[in-house]
Amino acid sequence: MEKVKLTIDNKTIEVPKGTTIAKAAKMLGIEVPLLCHMELHDLGIENKPAGCRICVVEVEGRRNLAPSCVTTCEEGMVVRTHTTRVLNARRTVMEFILSDHPKDCLICPKSGNCELQDMAIRLGIREIPGQEIAEMSTYRKDTSPSIIRDLDKCIMCRRCEMMCNEVQTVGALSAINRGFMAVVAPAFEQNLEHSPCTYCGQCVAVCPTGALTEVNHTPEVLRALADPSKVVVVQTAPAVRVALGEEFGLKPGTIVTGKMVSALRALGFDYVFDTDFAADLTIMEEGTELLDRLTRYLKGDASAKLPILTSCCPGWVNFFEYYYPDLKDVPSTAKSPQQMFGAIAKTYFADKIGVDRKNLVVVSVMPCLAKKYECQRSEFSTDGNPDVDYSISTRELAAFIRQANIDFNNLPDDEFDLPLGESTGAGVIFGTTGGVIEAAVRTAYELYTGKKLGRIDFTELRGFEGVRSATVDFGDLKLNIGIAHGLGNARKLLDEVRSGKSKFHAIEIMACPGGCIGGGGQPLHHGNSEILKARAAAIYQEDRNKPLRKSHENPVIIKLYEEFLGKPNSDKAHKLLHTHYFERKKKIIVKP
Amino acid sequence: MSSIKIELRKEDVEKIKEICASFNNDPQELINVLHKCQEHFGYLPAEVQEVVSDCLKVPVAKIYGVVTFYSFFTMTPKGKHPISICMGTACYVRGAEKVMEEFKKELGIQVGQTTPDGKFSLSSLRCVGACGLAPVVLVGDKTYGRVAPDDVKNILKEYE
Repeated sequence: MEKVKLTIDNKTIEVPKGTTIAKAAKMLGIEVPLLCHMELHDLGIENKPAGCRICVVEVEGRRNLAPSCVTTCEEGMVVRTHTTRVLNARRTVMEFILSDHPKDCLICPKSGNCELQDMAIRLGIREIPGQEIAEMSTYRKDTSPSIIRDLDKCIMCRRCEMMCNEVQTVGALSAINRGFMAVVAPAFEQNLEHSPCTYCGQCVAVCPTGALTEVNHTPEVLRALADPSKVVVVQTAPAVRVALGEEFGLKPGTIVTGKMVSALRALGFDYVFDTDFAADLTIMEEGTELLDRLTRYLKGDASAKLPILTSCCPGWVNFFEYYYPDLKDVPSTAKSPQQMFGAIAKTYFADKIGVDRKNLVVVSVMPCLAKKYECQRSEFSTDGNPDVDYSISTRELAAFIRQANIDFNNLPDDEFDLPLGESTGAGVIFGTTGGVIEAAVRTAYELYTGKKLGRIDFTELRGFEGVRSATVDFGDLKLNIGIAHGLGNARKLLDEVRSGKSKFHAIEIMACPGGCIGGGGQPLHHGNSEILKARAAAIYQEDRNKPLRKSHENPVIIKLYEEFLGKPNSDKAHKLLHTHYFERKKKIIVKP
Repeated sequence: MSSIKIELRKEDVEKIKEICASFNNDPQELINVLHKCQEHFGYLPAEVQEVVSDCLKVPVAKIYGVVTFYSFFTMTPKGKHPISICMGTACYVRGAEKVMEEFKKELGIQVGQTTPDGKFSLSSLRCVGACGLAPVVLVGDKTYGRVAPDDVKNILKEYE
């Protein structure tokens, strides 16, 4: 590779041609401030509109200051990153941004976790000249079931637009208008609800300010906990336990399952259960469905459609309901683990403890914002009573724990309650890309071949590449598996399915890059993909720590089928644990 | 944002498809497609943008982004008789602004708007190359020169 040599702040460095000044500086230990720029290196995601101009540097021989996030290094370049001219320009840019930004930091949901606030601190901004006369651009606030858009706080970094269009290919958001009124919005400035938005929350995950945040459901949860007539149960998704610690200063990838259970108990939940249990249940239903479709397909039954697609991810469900309604009989009909949990909690478990479903409140803690929308879907309720009442994100739980004066880091480890807290390693790995299909393979293999698995770790299904494929040997059958994470990658596999060219028997799809560990409700990664990798590694570690690692070996699952459901895909199981999909594309409602 | 709700007729949809097809449904040709659509419909209502979105496989949010970025594109229909008042230097110094004010007052609309009956719309432009006739007003294809505020009522009467 061709290399170029340059000087940055009197230090010499040789870098591959095409390297940006900002990256070369970083190699030298010089951190040029970046605001609109964001990169998730291992996922190949980069936002570099060169819009904010905070990162400008002086390049000898050039008249204008250069944005270091996009300017590439050239042979013999002499760069200075902190001359008076640079510092003044940087300050002016920041002052301009702040002059059109609300100053309600004290009560902003992003306060303390805001990249704009951090930048103002870093640049030592103490006043905003002309603020008294500066006009503020203001926009209508938009609240959807999952996401709040408060665009007064938008700084036009366009990270959300990049995520929504380039990475997720959802196309809900675009920069609109120009100049002072420029902002990121759905078509015709409709509410998100009327756009193709899947509520994947990746826009929220990358927003540097408080412009995009989640709908906070903690007040409702608090009210339920305070109501003596209610029994409140909580379920926690697999990806939460490997990320929650970050909110309390622990190293990314720290497993805090035991502390999390302690904290939830201290918050006053009557039963602390595990979504992993429902993940095991999902495998029983989805795995059985896969084998059934596969067997019928191999016998030549034309009504058996392959590949089968996983259906655990609500962002992904929203995506295909909007863009691929013609394929809506292709995904598994199995509900997501969150909803399976709710359905079992409000029937089987409610009966067991003798509580009416109306007095049982099911709360879920999810790494996800689409789960908020999912639990509000009308098909997931009985007589107006939802199976899952409230879904809060990992971030909301962390805030809740802090408000309750709980010293998280010094909590003892505690265990989930029985029965719905029992789970296997297969349930745990649902939290990362490739995990659902690996869990399914572990069970499907044993059910199909009647033999015990020699090895449990299917490492060929793991990794961070956007689209992966592997063939798993089922004896007389070679099972072709496809995996995609990120909706743009999912689209590639779906287009193959639509055109009849897909070679896969089964496909796993997760809407968020990295899977649930990178969900829109997780602690913010601020563009550090090492954090996502550490969480994924922790998920596999948690799996290895489990005595049982195959869903069909979960004793409570076995008992649940014996006592209540009969067998997987039985009529009762279908009624409670399966769903159907709808075409979601709505005609645009044009408001006068 | 303001736009009226319209229902596209079948032939309108066909026309949009035809325009897109003439650019090979190439998303890179979005601006050209929008030009042609505006030429045909006079403006770009949401429904037109939706059909373009389907044809070019460009998210409708992106199309709306382009439409709102360029001042040439409009989502408000022009009136049956579009009125343009030149605000170029020559016309301006000879009182175009007062003429404009008179049109606004008579029609009860602002620049960029259309009267509720759809008859007149008001816009300003910069120089039509007839500075000798300043101030200049265009109604449709017809040019009026040396327009004084007092003439406005009579001009509008011609189109009743």
